[in-house]
This record gives sequence, structure tokens and C-alpha cells, in this order.
Amino acid sequence: MAIRKICGIETEYGIVHRGIDDPNPITASSVLINSYLSELNRSGGSALGVPQIGWDFEFESPSRDARGATPIDAMPPEIETHLTNAVLTNGARYYVDHAHPELSTPECGDALSVVTFDRSAEVILERSMLAADALLPDGQSIVVYKNNSDGKGNSYGCHENYLVDRGLPFGRIVAEVTPHFITRQIFCGAGKVGSEIGLSTDEVPFQISQRADFFEEEVGLETTLKRPIINTRDEPHADPQKYRRLHVIIGDANMSEVATFLKVGTTALVLAMIEDDWVNADFRFTSPIAALRSVSTDLSMSAVLPLASGGSITALEVQMHLLERAIDWTDHHGFELVGEEAGPEILKRWSEALSAIEAGSASLASTVDWIAKYRLIDGYRERHGLSWGDARLHALDLQYHDLRPEKSLARRVGLETICSTSGIERGISHPPDDTRAYFRGACLAKFGSDIVSANWDSLVFDVGGASLRRVAMMEPSRGTAAHVASVIESSQTAAELLDQLGS
Amino acid sequence: MPEREQIRRTPAERPGTSVDDAPQSSESGEKLKAELDDLLDEIDEVLETNAEDFVRSFVQKGGQ
Repeated sequence: MAIRKICGIETEYGIVHRGIDDPNPITASSVLINSYLSELNRSGGSALGVPQIGWDFEFESPSRDARGATPIDAMPPEIETHLTNAVLTNGARYYVDHAHPELSTPECGDALSVVTFDRSAEVILERSMLAADALLPDGQSIVVYKNNSDGKGNSYGCHENYLVDRGLPFGRIVAEVTPHFITRQIFCGAGKVGSEIGLSTDEVPFQISQRADFFEEEVGLETTLKRPIINTRDEPHADPQKYRRLHVIIGDANMSEVATFLKVGTTALVLAMIEDDWVNADFRFTSPIAALRSVSTDLSMSAVLPLASGGSITALEVQMHLLERAIDWTDHHGFELVGEEAGPEILKRWSEALSAIEAGSASLASTVDWIAKYRLIDGYRERHGLSWGDARLHALDLQYHDLRPEKSLARRVGLETICSTSGIERGISHPPDDTRAYFRGACLAKFGSDIVSANWDSLVFDVGGASLRRVAMMEPSRGTAAHVASVIESSQTAAELLDQLGS
Repeated sequence: MPEREQIRRTPAERPGTSVDDAPQSSESGEKLKAELDDLLDEIDEVLETNAEDFVRSFVQKGGQ
């Protein structure tokens, strides 16, 4: 049965260290994050202060496989414990991963909250760049890009996470959510000049997705090699008897707020429908990888995708069906599990996007990243009479994702915004109210000096006793402001808080 | 597989969702063209100065 769709986004950012001969991206990422943390400590004192809380790896198990035994030839990701790792008072984790700065948003209660915290993350990265530049020698600077590829065959991810009922057989998730991942690109692809799998610019001048080139398997545990459409990492960071965390690695990092909102909102709805067996269609493709690439490289969005059961269908038709079923599902179940405010907005935006795609409307250039980017780059190409292989077009592509406001092209193309400035600012230092991230963030803000480590599902306090005290947070829906705000408020010390919580 | 005709029924016909997005008129098409021209004028000023160097040196380590 469908459960509340608690969700979040983790983004690995591209990083460039300018002004030195032999830049090291791991060092640059550490400098970036440590500069931000130092600046926070300097400017905010204990109220805003972010003591560098260590991340606790005790219960992390990224090599556990949702299908059961871990395949012998699988390559589980290695955890790099020696690198910079911080937990922020908004409940997020900010760290160095695979030679990139990465920020995982706190657990959010719905897609609107995710977009806000994703935008707060961008501002944190912006401020990190300013803090780093103030510390670096003259002539050096660090620049961060929110994209997924360097155009030379190297990719880095923007992953989504969704809480899913453990009772749902994994095979049904694979069969029923894969068609959504293959077809949702049409409104949440971030766009890319050219291809990185050896095709010429005549064959692929521009494609819808940043990531489609890098996927080679349908299902698997890897995230850095032979990437699978469905990642099987079985690491719920919650009660494993009740929950899965579906770790989605196929998405593009979006600059458009509407695109991020639709990516997360539609996926949350589709997963809830799968839990309630509501999809009512078999859209398994003859070849999911071929379908993924045909959707990505067909800018007319009319590619015909062969179905395993016979016949064929287009990406838009799959999405139209999922939207219809979602409207029907919410007619029966309401919006509680995907957000009373977010839910109707997801349906409205989803419907608008699909109708605009069907009508070929130019309005999509203000909400869909790949269309906004294509319009800009193709316009530039025509104006200057350039060929698709010209470096200037690749430069425009990269600069679309530059997080410096004065350089970002995405900030100039007229993308519609849905997050309030005050909400984004608040999300930099305050956690969401409606998930366990509230407890993590509020404890760090008030009792940071008494916390020795933090993890998604626990906090460890040192209040001077004989042993450290671990507070387990195995229920992502508990530890909200409604549950614990008054207890945290009324506790003068961390010891008092722990006594009141009875842990 | 469901019939195409059935899938094609537009969600806009459903109560509770509405779409007021008509196909672009030529008037708004011209407005968009003018906006794009302004944008292209503007971005010339913020573009990375040496596109070739910038693109060549943008090399990332693979991640997840």
C-alpha cells in the first residue's frame, strides 16, 4: 500500500580551480566546503554556527543489493571517510565525493520542499565559491557547475531518493518505474550539445538528456561504471523491515525550478501508484537502453519505442497515460501522501507540460531546461553561422550551468521561478518542519557542540557521561517540528533533551 | 497495451486541471524572437572569453 513519499536530492557539482597549473579537484572541493564552514563559524557564532560534525558511517552499507545477494562482479561504491564531511543546520550533508563537491538535501515532505532545498543548496555553493575566493591567493578562483558531464565522456550524478514500502516487490518497481524514467526526460532533461558515445554532430547535434549517454544496463548496483537505469542499492537509512529508499541515478541536474519540481513530483506520484498497483499498463520496452537513447536524441519527441508485448508507443503517450492514472489515483486517495499543497500543483504543471509538448508550444522555453538551452544555443549558432561542432556552442552549454549569478546563462533565459526568495534563504540554515530532518537540524543548531556524529538515521551526543548516547531516527516521518519542537525549545542542555526524550 | 486513442485523450479535459496554452500566435512568436535577439546581445557580454580554451580545460573526474 502506498506510503508517504518522503524524498530528497543529492547533487555532485562540476568543479574548476582556475589560476593554477595542476589543479586537483579533490583538494579544490575540500577547500570549497571548508571555506564555507569557516565563514559560517566566523559570521554566525553558535546560532548559525556549523561546527564540523563528523559523518557516522557505522550503518552505511552501499554495497547491499535490493535483489538479494550482492553479485560477485558488482563494484560497490567505496566510502571515502577521510574527506571533508559536514552536516548543516538545515539537515543537509555537504561533503566531497568522487572528486566533486556534493550536497544532499535534507529529507523533504514533498516535491515543493525538495525544489526549495535544491535552490538553497545552489546558494550554499554560491557562497562557498565567494568564501573560497576570499581565502585563495590572488589570481585563483574556484567555479562550480550544476551539470552532469564535461562533454568528454566523464559524468557525475544528480540522484533522487524516495521512501518506498518494503512490501512492494522490487521486480514491480523495475517493470513499472523504468518507463517513467525513460520518458520523463521530455520535460526534465537538461539538454546537451553533441554526444559522448562516439556519434558525430551530424548524427547528434544536440540531445535532450545530459545522462542518457552513460547508461548501459537496465538494473544493477553500480553508480560509476556500466550505470543502470534502476539502481539496486538497498540502504534504506530507515527501518529496513518497513522501508526501501529508491535511489534514482538517471536524472539530470536541473537549473529550472519547474523542471526539478516536475522530476520529483511526477516520480513520487508514479511510485505511489505502483505501490497501490494503479498504473494499469505494461510499458516494458523491447530494449530500455535503446529507448532511453532514442528519446534523448529525438528533439521532435515523436520517436516510436517498441514494446516487449508488441506494438509501440511514444514518450508523450506514456506520460499522458501516467498522468491520467495519477489524476484517477488522487481522485481515490487524495493528496496526503504527496503533499496537500504540492499534489494538485504537480498535476497542473504535469498536464500543462504535456499539453504544451503536444501543441509544440514555445512556452516550454520558460520551464524545460533542454528547450531553454536549445533555443539559446541554436539562436547563437544561427546568428553567427556556426556548425554544431563549434567550441563556442559547447561553451554556452557549460556556462548555462555556471552557478555564479553574474555568469550563469540559465539565470538569463527567462526561466519561471516557483520558490520564494525568503524560503530559499531560510532553507540555507533551517531544516524542513515535516520530516526527521527537523530533529537533526534543530539539534545541530542548538546543541551542536554536544553532538559528535550524525547520520541520516541517528545522532550521537556526548553529554559528559561514561558513554556516548545515540538517538536512533529510524522513522523518517517522526522527529518533525510537531513532534519535538517544544521539547527542544524547553531543554536548556543536550542532557536535558536526552532525558526528556527518554534516550 | 492500451489503445492509442485512449491515451491521446488530453488531461486538460479533466475537471480540476486546465490548460490555457494555445498554440503560439504569430504575434507572440515575433515577441519571442525579439526577446531571443535581446538575450543574444546580452550574453555576448558574459560569455567566457576564450571558448576553445574554456571547453578544452573543462575536464572532470567521473563521479556517480
